[in-house]
Amino acid sequence: MLKISSSPHINAPITTQSLMRDVLIALTPAMIVSMLMFGINALRVLLTSVAACLAIEYLITRYLLKTKNTTCDLSAAITGVLLAFNLPSSMPTWMILIGAFVAIGIAKMAFGGLGKNIFNPALAGRVFLFISFPAQMTQWPKPDFLNFLNTDIVTSATTLGILKQIDVSSSASIKASQVSLTELPNYWQMLIGDTGGCIGEVSALALLIGLCYMLLRRVITWHIPFYYIATFFILTAITWFNTDNVHFEPITNLLSGGLLLGAIFMATDYVTSPMTKQGQIIFAVGCGILTYVIRFYSSYPEGVSFAILIMNAFVPLIDKFTPQRVYGTKRK
Amino acid sequence: MCKKTFSFGGLHLNKHKISALSPIQDAGVPPFVYIPIKQHIGSPAQIIVKQGDKVKIGTLLAQAYGTISANIHSSVAGEIKKIEEVQSESGYFEQVITIQTTADDYEAGIDTSTQISNDIPQNSAEIIELIKAAGIVGMGGAGFPTPIKTSIPANKSVQYLIINGIECEPYLTADGALMLEKPEEIVIGAKILNKILGIQNAIIAIDENKPLAIEKITQITKRYVGVNVTVCKSKYPQGGERQLINDVTGREVPSGKLPIDVGCVVQNVGTVFAVYEAVMKHKPLYERIVTVSGDTNLTTAGNYRVRVGTPADYLLNLAHTKQSQIGKLLFGGPMMGISSVSLQAPINKTTGGLIVIGTQDSLRAEESGCIRCGKCAEVCPMGLMPFAIASNLRRNNTAPLKALHAADCIGCGCCAYICPAKIPLVDYCKLGKYEANKQK
Amino acid sequence: MSDIIWLNILITGGIALCAAITLYITAQKFALRVDPKEQKIEDILPQANCGGCGFAGCKDFAHACVNASAADFAKLYCPVGHSEVMHKVSQILGFDAPKRKNTCAVLRCNGTCQAAPKKIDYNGLKNCRVANLVMIGETGCPDGCLRYGDCLSACQFGALTINAKTGLPQIDADKCTSCGACVKICPRHLFEIRPISDDNQQVFVACSNKQKGAQAKNNCHNACIACKKCASLCADIKVEQNLSYIPTSVSPSEFGQELANNCPTGAIIYKSQVKKGKKNV
Repeated sequence: MLKISSSPHINAPITTQSLMRDVLIALTPAMIVSMLMFGINALRVLLTSVAACLAIEYLITRYLLKTKNTTCDLSAAITGVLLAFNLPSSMPTWMILIGAFVAIGIAKMAFGGLGKNIFNPALAGRVFLFISFPAQMTQWPKPDFLNFLNTDIVTSATTLGILKQIDVSSSASIKASQVSLTELPNYWQMLIGDTGGCIGEVSALALLIGLCYMLLRRVITWHIPFYYIATFFILTAITWFNTDNVHFEPITNLLSGGLLLGAIFMATDYVTSPMTKQGQIIFAVGCGILTYVIRFYSSYPEGVSFAILIMNAFVPLIDKFTPQRVYGTKRK
Repeated sequence: MCKKTFSFGGLHLNKHKISALSPIQDAGVPPFVYIPIKQHIGSPAQIIVKQGDKVKIGTLLAQAYGTISANIHSSVAGEIKKIEEVQSESGYFEQVITIQTTADDYEAGIDTSTQISNDIPQNSAEIIELIKAAGIVGMGGAGFPTPIKTSIPANKSVQYLIINGIECEPYLTADGALMLEKPEEIVIGAKILNKILGIQNAIIAIDENKPLAIEKITQITKRYVGVNVTVCKSKYPQGGERQLINDVTGREVPSGKLPIDVGCVVQNVGTVFAVYEAVMKHKPLYERIVTVSGDTNLTTAGNYRVRVGTPADYLLNLAHTKQSQIGKLLFGGPMMGISSVSLQAPINKTTGGLIVIGTQDSLRAEESGCIRCGKCAEVCPMGLMPFAIASNLRRNNTAPLKALHAADCIGCGCCAYICPAKIPLVDYCKLGKYEANKQK
Repeated sequence: MSDIIWLNILITGGIALCAAITLYITAQKFALRVDPKEQKIEDILPQANCGGCGFAGCKDFAHACVNASAADFAKLYCPVGHSEVMHKVSQILGFDAPKRKNTCAVLRCNGTCQAAPKKIDYNGLKNCRVANLVMIGETGCPDGCLRYGDCLSACQFGALTINAKTGLPQIDADKCTSCGACVKICPRHLFEIRPISDDNQQVFVACSNKQKGAQAKNNCHNACIACKKCASLCADIKVEQNLSYIPTSVSPSEFGQELANNCPTGAIIYKSQVKKGKKNV
């Protein structure tokens, strides 16, 4: 019997699963760096987070929603990896489980699952943990290269934390600032990840390799990362030139904190970013401005997760006002 | 030479042009032909023969009826056995004239020699009459009667005649083979159309993956004034009428308007060749080039000169197709073709290819939820947002279809091809177009 | 201390007064002048906004009622509210209530899964309007029901369900309001709004196939083959284009049983009790 359907009769060899698999592959360099720097603890955080995300999604589809099992599309695994990337390696396991539950159960499945969530699940989980357990979320183990089994936690400060401290102390005591300045890692350390911070965000190089891979595989386009980073870079550079305050030094700011991780992997999340190019540019510029404002004018040293979450909320609005131009209609 | 392309969306497909260099073979005469009386857009032609009549090749079987219609001629010599209804490729029943064939015997006046003649008649009204009598319709797929397309309304003017030699669909090579074997005829055909339209600006657009055809036709156009070649990028759907106009002229056909509104007339190379034969050889349109291709395990690929009304299975037999293993038989290309309900459906003036797909590849992948990746909007050559059309139709919300320009969809299939969630977006867009047209 | 209390009362009172005045003025200025009769009629109407009356919604229908003359009013009818609602409306306006027979939708196809088995393997979008554009239908009948249930999504009264056994949409006459949404959405025009006789009965030809008998029968056992047996039983029945049609003038109680029994294919359906909620008279 002949099969009948309307055209087209061929399909591109890409599926939701293959796209997500590509994202996971793009995340591997950063995963490897995290394990090299933070040893077995990073592995524990990663495994707990991924396993918890997959398990929670499975349990919810199976027993609560009673729909088809969607874990094999791998989107929950990405959420798990990204959540882990946003946590320090000293994070207690039970807190990771809570984070995973908030990410998958509340931010994703409560909205109807993949494709229907408004907020990036991993970021929602991270922000929940950040607000609930500020002490644990701001305790940064010192990177200890190739010392896998070291579980003695020696805490250090993140680059952004140091910068924030300089800013606060510069007016009060010049001496204090001189002390912290020496603690600042150099560019090379920030590129390879020899600095304190969340396990996934430390190495700029690893994240950029992931970006190149995703661009080559056409998983994402360059628009969101480029406009996000460019906006932020330009704003910090302008302030730096005007104030001459080392706090605003643009390259250090660019390479430190979650900026690259956020711009490359979180802001580009299909579900929570606008659909059209025009909308994506507005979204990315908005993220850049908000990151700048939060980093320098709020009490938090880091602003990427809040900036992206706030812009996520604007996505339906952006989508509404940035439709594509239809062929044969006037340019607006 | 600068390679042109259109400004919206588009895809780079794996071309699978297996039969690109195969010569055109004559498919011969099947024992029975089933000639449909409607092979064009518009009203069916009126039958002027009856059962038992003896016909020759080129005998008028049915006459154009109404403003948009075309003549239908016999493609074989023989005896009319029946006037009946058979299933067309879509499965709907259509009226056909069934002819039992005998040895080839041509109507008087048809010049069957292959000698090239370039002595174009002076009177353009006379040329239009010849084209009309020959029953020529657009052979790219739409089947719009050519005489109507080339008769320009008084309030409009033409600047460009674009000859579409793109053939952007995978597998299809019929137009390419025709350009390789009959380049001069096509150029003369373009001159004839230039003459009717009263312009000296015919542009033959060929895509970059046919270097041989580009070379041959460029050589010939040096000897003919007013015919030029443009090389286009090999991108799907480069051969779409609106995309091609955008390519060649940089203009955009306004939404809901026709190419003539921006001073363009687009004709397929097959049509242009048919115009040449009708005007210079007095040969009605009763045969065309058809590509048989597809899954190489199931069929050999080739280009055939086929009489109109030949049942598909006759041609498949010629190409040694394993008919029992066919999953899908496509009339046309894999991106826009119709999957046939019957293996016996007759080939008509607009059938450019028969594509065979194996059972494994003919089932659609399971649909999953939209992940809002926006790839469908990215590739849409009309700048539409298929995801929005689909999501509104899922909620039975037909009100925004007009604002979404659902009626502008050209059905090229890019969106459904690229969709990672395998949502049948073209099906939704067809529904959207249907509903949007209903609202008018 | 008491000063503060007084001050508070004064300030809040002042704000309240200002707000009250502003609200009153805006209410007066932007008030919608609605004919009280129109409002009354709208309140009576079922508020389904189904468009079955031919107007965009109940409000438009009420407006039309108020502005109608006696002759015009006789043409207006709310198919959802039936005679009860129209009786109330006519009382407000002082006209005679228009009387119409009860109606409900019927499906003019009986191509059940058993009678018309699938012949074609369609794996496109399961939507009647799309499938109708793409191909002839899985049963091979060019006029038959495609069984994908577009009509179900159109019906806002829940009167249609797909019968799991036959595969065809089933009409619950008690819920059907004859709004005509199914008639409009069906790409093959298989629904017809047919009157229900006073004794709660209906008889109709459940086939729309215009092919010749043998061809029709080839796809579906229940197809009308235009044998004209029904026409010989009742002179009003016309057989045109290979298809029989029973006009609404044919009384179901008089001919129904006989027609259904004598149809050789089972294309004629006779329903002796259309609405379950109603007793036969």
